[in-house]
Amino acid sequence: MGKKISLILDGFVKNNPTFVLVLGMCPTLATTTSAMNGLSMGLATLFVLVLSNIAISAIAPMVPDKVHIPVYIVVIATFVTVLQLLMQAFVPSVYATLGLFIPLIVVNCIVLGRAEAFAGKNSVGASALDGIGVGLGFTASLVVIGLVREILGSGSAFGWKLFPGDGVLAFVMAPGAFLVLGYLMALFNKYLKK
Amino acid sequence: MEYFLIIISAVFVNNILLAQFLGICPFLGVSNRLSTATGMSGAVCFVITLATVVTYLVNRYLLVPFGLEFLQTIAFILVIASLVQIVEIVLKKISPSLYQALGIFLPLITTNCAVLGVAITVVSKEFTFGGAAHLMNLGEATVYAFATSLGYGLAMVLFAGLREHLASNDVPKMFRGLPIALITVSMMAMAFLGFSGMV
Repeated sequence: MGKKISLILDGFVKNNPTFVLVLGMCPTLATTTSAMNGLSMGLATLFVLVLSNIAISAIAPMVPDKVHIPVYIVVIATFVTVLQLLMQAFVPSVYATLGLFIPLIVVNCIVLGRAEAFAGKNSVGASALDGIGVGLGFTASLVVIGLVREILGSGSAFGWKLFPGDGVLAFVMAPGAFLVLGYLMALFNKYLKK
Repeated sequence: MEYFLIIISAVFVNNILLAQFLGICPFLGVSNRLSTATGMSGAVCFVITLATVVTYLVNRYLLVPFGLEFLQTIAFILVIASLVQIVEIVLKKISPSLYQALGIFLPLITTNCAVLGVAITVVSKEFTFGGAAHLMNLGEATVYAFATSLGYGLAMVLFAGLREHLASNDVPKMFRGLPIALITVSMMAMAFLGFSGMV
């Protein structure tokens, strides 16, 4: 039981995909204009990550070594397509906001990275937990970045107005994304990284 | 004139790295040295242009006529992955010197989201250059892809130049490595923001 919990917790600090592994930077920077957008993107990635981890750990013993990367990519692309269709049907507004970055989950290094480093070598159960842990760690990082950018950039948190006025617009735009991530990464290095 | 606008817009105003956030991983990964950054930019330029033309044709003449647009993501990533393989094999035979220069970067490009990103953008986003909003035709798509990858190369080479100097500076320990690099990129993005409103 303890091992299962540690598999999930590892995704938050020790294997944090954003601040430690520095993977999946594109959606991290592009979709964190607000805490809510960060949360949606994180959950979308979590969905693909868990399902592809499960499927890949189940088929891994049957896949010849030479073609395993293309096979993994097709599996991941399939789940991304499933996600695209589901989001278009049930949450079209979220799909419209995140736009291009939903199909781009296919080339998110986190998903292929976990498939290659973990799911290909471990049991279905452990891979599912690993997917949940890393996915939640990614979601948490995106929410934190989104929250900082939303508070500084538009003066609100999850859409709730915290103080009057517009905030510093630059934080919602491109430069703010790099700046906030840079500072948060420095803080993470100082206080959380062992 | 229309092509000129596409080029200015893609290189400066909507720079793929600094405004659209595509292809950040290799950008941060290989920008330590100017020479590797130049090599990577060349390879990306080549693959993005080629991949966009091929995926555009696949979409237009294969997916759309048969009503298979929902397979777009899967089809495109397969096309890109096999294209990169083919380019690698062909280059090795035809131009060993170019292969030497670009070789090690080619396999990395499959997972560069800039390639898939541009391929999806040109077949799905409507553009307003030259009058009414319309999907790009093949000529516009090719120019757009090439200009976008030029913008990628420009940002990459500029940043590699900055980063080489950064290495010799005394940076506080917690900022060393990526954090200070990201803050530098932020300054660059701010400078590029100055181009907005030009087109």
